[in-house]
Amino acid sequence: MSAWREYTRHRTGLVGLGALVLIVALAVLAPLITDPQGLEVTKATGGRLEPPSGQFWLGTDENGRSVLLLTLWGARVSLLVGLSATLLSISIGTVVGLVAGHFGGLAAAALMRVTDFFLVLPSLVLAIALSTVLDRGVGTIVLAIGLTSWPSAARLVRAQTLTVSARPYIERSRALGGGHLHVIGRHVLPGVLPLVFVNTTLAVGTAIVAESTLSFLGLGDPTEVSWGAMLRAASGSGAVTAGAWWYLVPPGLAIAGVVLAFTLCGRALESVLNPRLREP
Amino acid sequence: MSDVLAPTGEPPPARARRGGGAARYALNKVGGALLSVAMIVVLGFLLFRALPGDPVQTMTRGRPVSAEQIAELQARLGLDRPLPEQFLRYLGGLLRGDLGVSYTFNVPVTQKIGERIGPTLLLVGVGTVLAVALGLWLGARSAWRRGSRFDKAATGIALTLWSAPTFWLGLLLLSATGGLFPSGGITYPDTPPDFLSQALDTAHHMVLPVLTLVAVVYAQYQLVMRSSLVEEMTADHLLTARAKGLRDDQVRRRHAVPNALLPTVTLVFLHLGLVVSGAITVETVFSWPGLGLLTYEALRGPDLPLLQGTFIVLAGAVVVMNLAADLLYRVLDPRVRAS
Repeated sequence: MSAWREYTRHRTGLVGLGALVLIVALAVLAPLITDPQGLEVTKATGGRLEPPSGQFWLGTDENGRSVLLLTLWGARVSLLVGLSATLLSISIGTVVGLVAGHFGGLAAAALMRVTDFFLVLPSLVLAIALSTVLDRGVGTIVLAIGLTSWPSAARLVRAQTLTVSARPYIERSRALGGGHLHVIGRHVLPGVLPLVFVNTTLAVGTAIVAESTLSFLGLGDPTEVSWGAMLRAASGSGAVTAGAWWYLVPPGLAIAGVVLAFTLCGRALESVLNPRLREP
Repeated sequence: MSDVLAPTGEPPPARARRGGGAARYALNKVGGALLSVAMIVVLGFLLFRALPGDPVQTMTRGRPVSAEQIAELQARLGLDRPLPEQFLRYLGGLLRGDLGVSYTFNVPVTQKIGERIGPTLLLVGVGTVLAVALGLWLGARSAWRRGSRFDKAATGIALTLWSAPTFWLGLLLLSATGGLFPSGGITYPDTPPDFLSQALDTAHHMVLPVLTLVAVVYAQYQLVMRSSLVEEMTADHLLTARAKGLRDDQVRRRHAVPNALLPTVTLVFLHLGLVVSGAITVETVFSWPGLGLLTYEALRGPDLPLLQGTFIVLAGAVVVMNLAADLLYRVLDPRVRAS
């Protein structure tokens, strides 16, 4: 409970958390509060690139669909991909970091060598290559982002594992006959998890930006509405030169807003869990 | 990417172990870089030949093709041979500087990449210099006046810009300036061929792409500089500097900033991949004829030989730049040199 009280002292963290709760609620409730029929091009009721009006609060896209409706539904794919890709990348990173930090030796050196390699590699280039050779779809995007963004988590987890492993209670557990699995699962992991949690929160934003970038480049699932795909359609349909700001601003603002919310939460969490960073 | 924002900051990885000679340090780093390049080469092969996806099927996706055409394409790409032989041919080609023939442009991949390297270097070079200068200056100022209105505003803006996707900022700029700047390309076709007019025209075309790149990239430099200077500010030698009567500004410029600069510079190079990613999207939005746009054209095809080529070149460039940073770091930091 004291952690929560500490968290509430960070005004920006609370703002971020509030924004996240609101966005997730809207995304989850989208099928209940809106009519999915409006997403179908053939059933669109508006004109081409209509400016905002009483009927279409955020105007219409090139097919006459409501931009507000598309933005609401786009949140579902963006959040889903962002969260699953982060889960994948954090899992890989945590396992690699734990193994490298706990066991040490040649295997750990090799693992960290591979980690450093992937850390340096421009992740978007690799993600583009992966999603081009694999079949298009949400799963591919998740895989492409997850497989390219784990190294920073691995480094962080390894550093923390080394710190935790040096503590006397780990030695005690070993002396009492605890096996590797026991020591890692019962003693090391709990010491590493807070950091992993912070890293996850910060990584979701990055994953969402990556998802929108891949969708913008046309590597996303063509049948799903996402913010990146909306911006791709906007730039492809001449909305940029036509000055159709109502089509450009909402999806981008949604991405930036979600990413900022995750970042604010992550930074607040970080200073709660890492007292050294607390502002005096 | 996200760890840039996390000021938990690991110590810069470039520190040599005590007693290790300069030559051994350099050899170690060069060896590591060579290993990375080898891994890129292998990854480049595995990605495009050995993954479950069938290259020919990928390249002909959605088009009607006959069985003969497929066989022809397989033979042209050398896919009808066993995998080890393919790998050896690929290696041999790489060593001769042969990356195969582009499927969409019908010219050697290396030729296409050679044409596009210049514009990318120009864009990324100018963009990075501006972003580093702006980021370091803002970061130093906001750390020095930590908690001030300037600090809050600068950090807030940096975080917001960092959160926005690159291509969206580009689209917004393009839309907002409404034809004031060219929407694509590097020069107009009807510009006189003399150097001055060409240079001016190129500069005119560069304004928006560079602005977009800087807007997205500078934030990380600023945030890293800020946290590294904040850490430096409690150092004892600053108290000494103040005690001997230096003005606040002098303390900052001569004693605090140089020390904070080092970890920042290392991190800047470590995250060069981010600049490459930025270049891909910026070049795509503004049709800037560089390697980023080439990557986009390759993935649209999809033109696998071309995509493989840009992958190897872009990833290799980042590895080489990192090596340069590691070696430079040793020269720059007297503490590492003296040990």
